[in-house]
Amino acid sequence: MTTANMRQIGVGILGWGVALVMFLPILIIGVTAFKTEQDAYALSLIFTPTLDSFREVFERSHYSTFVYNSMAVSIISTLLSLVIAVPAAYSMAFFPNRKTQKLLLWMLSTKMMPAVGVLIPIYLLAKNTGLLDSVPGLIIVYTLMNLPIAVWMAFTYFNEVPKEILEAARIDGANAWQEIWHLLLPTTLPGLSSTALLLIILSWNEAFWSLNLSSVNAAPLTVFIASYSNPEGLFWAKLSAASFLAVAPIMAVGWVAQKQLVRGMTFGAVK
Amino acid sequence: MASLTIRNLQKRYEEVEVMRDINLDIADGEFVVFVGPSGCGKSTLLRMIAGLEDISAGELRIGDQRMNEVPASKRGIAMVFQSYALYPHMTLYDNMAFGLKLAGKSKAEIDAAVMRAAKILHIDHLLDRKPKQLSGGQRQRVAIGRAITREPHVFLFDEPLSNLDAALRVKMRLEFAKLHDDLKTTMIYVTHDQVEAMTLADKIVVLSAGRIEQVGSPHTLYHHPANRFVAGFIGSPKMNFLAGTVQGFDGDFVQVQLDNGGIQSVAVERGALKAGERVTLGIRPEHLHVVHGSQIIPATVTAQESLGDHAYVYADCPAAPDGLILRVPEEEQYRPGTALQLGADPQRCHLFDASGQALARVKVLQAA
Ligand SMILES: Nc1ncnc2c1ncn2[C@@H]1O[C@H](COP(=O)(O)OP(=O)(O)OP(=O)(O)O)[C@@H](O)[C@H]1O
Ligand SMILES: [Mg+2]
Repeated sequence: MTTANMRQIGVGILGWGVALVMFLPILIIGVTAFKTEQDAYALSLIFTPTLDSFREVFERSHYSTFVYNSMAVSIISTLLSLVIAVPAAYSMAFFPNRKTQKLLLWMLSTKMMPAVGVLIPIYLLAKNTGLLDSVPGLIIVYTLMNLPIAVWMAFTYFNEVPKEILEAARIDGANAWQEIWHLLLPTTLPGLSSTALLLIILSWNEAFWSLNLSSVNAAPLTVFIASYSNPEGLFWAKLSAASFLAVAPIMAVGWVAQKQLVRGMTFGAVK
Repeated sequence: MASLTIRNLQKRYEEVEVMRDINLDIADGEFVVFVGPSGCGKSTLLRMIAGLEDISAGELRIGDQRMNEVPASKRGIAMVFQSYALYPHMTLYDNMAFGLKLAGKSKAEIDAAVMRAAKILHIDHLLDRKPKQLSGGQRQRVAIGRAITREPHVFLFDEPLSNLDAALRVKMRLEFAKLHDDLKTTMIYVTHDQVEAMTLADKIVVLSAGRIEQVGSPHTLYHHPANRFVAGFIGSPKMNFLAGTVQGFDGDFVQVQLDNGGIQSVAVERGALKAGERVTLGIRPEHLHVVHGSQIIPATVTAQESLGDHAYVYADCPAAPDGLILRVPEEEQYRPGTALQLGADPQRCHLFDASGQALARVKVLQAA
């Protein structure tokens, strides 16, 4: 066996190992969800599968309302982020000035502060504007939360587009919106799709703001999960079933979308 | 079709001035070539004409309309970029039709315009393809085709052939000449390539460090360079420069004493030139010969390069810091180290004063 082969096998084992460790919690949740509460405390894999937990979860709460809220909040906030980020990134990428780089870094730096630092002002703002525990309220917060990432990623993809292509279109009579619509969006579609996917995932999994700003009306799936670890005690099996139900849709989306997103697009127009 | 007038044009990026005092007149239907070393501002000037860069000061007119504030799409120009800048996700047809679609032209009109351009450029069988399925030469044609469909008054080309291989460049160069003959539209063409400039241009504009050094026909620039820069830039291999002082005047001739003792007469108008003044003598490689006699430039051979029908001899000469190059017939062989005595016809020589300005040549021969 050659050293190159050995190395390949080594890397393979390492990769699988890391993947397994990362997947383990999800596996445990998946398995525990099908156990009874008694079995749930043991980590054993030998048990009689049951759908009791799922049944109870469905009886206790309106799963569909949470799913609806999660979908509405993550999809709409993602679309809003993109609608704002694309023109912003367009101007930063194609009409930069001395402050552009600083502005980008500053925007990103807002993501480095702990969210809890602005909890009180945001809570009060939401309360006073009547947006507390409302879907529009969460949408606004999520949009603002994801905007720096959206701008940054769109900027990175736009930077790869040769500016001559847009200039050619400008000479052909395109205005800024037409440049974006007819050229920038189609040529950066794979990049923007993965940006959108990332934003949806981030919004879907967001727990801090949803737990603090919503309770009944606007509560998304993260709140739904949290409701199973309440002061009356932990219910492992039901918590697992709820978590399983919460992550299943987004995992399905990611699984289906990844094949579409990997496909890159090259610029045949530029030598 | 349209003429073009540029008055006192200036370009500043923030505080840095990159172009100044640009004055240029381009006649309707003229083929104008911008040449100059890298970074001299050729693309910047072209882009200001196109409307892709703001004009910091001065005025640009196309026809009789002031264009400074007119957006690129309304200037009646079309531009072909060095990188072609084709729309990667569109078919060739759509690439060429894009501008017309935006302009709201009817399907039949668009079809006719695209087919006409495609026929002129022999790409009508490729219209369903995407840019990445084409060769470099084909992409270049599409880029030109896209320009043609706009039916512009002025074509702008920024180094359109620089991404092609040598053989294809020659072929496309001829096609550019033909295109200009067919369309008779004003064309402005930026290039690094001497041969492209000399063969295509009605008028060459030589730029250096953001200024125009000289404007003229290829013939004028070659035979009457206005200064040392243009003399050294036009012509390949480049003109030989020898340092010397004015020794005296003899009828129509200025006698130049070279720094290494040689003497050469030059047929230029004396002007304000005085004896003892520092000057630079310029002689093109094809005009420098091995001679015998009294007026000679001593030099030592360093190498010889054969090009088939002729050869270039490289020689050292203390008066010429860059060395000398002379063109000799293929049969003549010179070993390195050979001492040579060189000279040139006084009417073929150029003379530049201490500030680099050329002195007007007298009795200039028409052809080389
Ligand atoms: N955005 C900019 N900011 C500052 N200076 C610039 C900018 N763009 C161009 N320049 C400067 O303007 C000058 C002219 O550039 P330009 O691209 O027109 O040169 P060029 O003659 O086309 O060169 P090349 O033959 O290499 O294409 C250069 O010195 C360049 O550094
Ligand atoms: Mg250039």
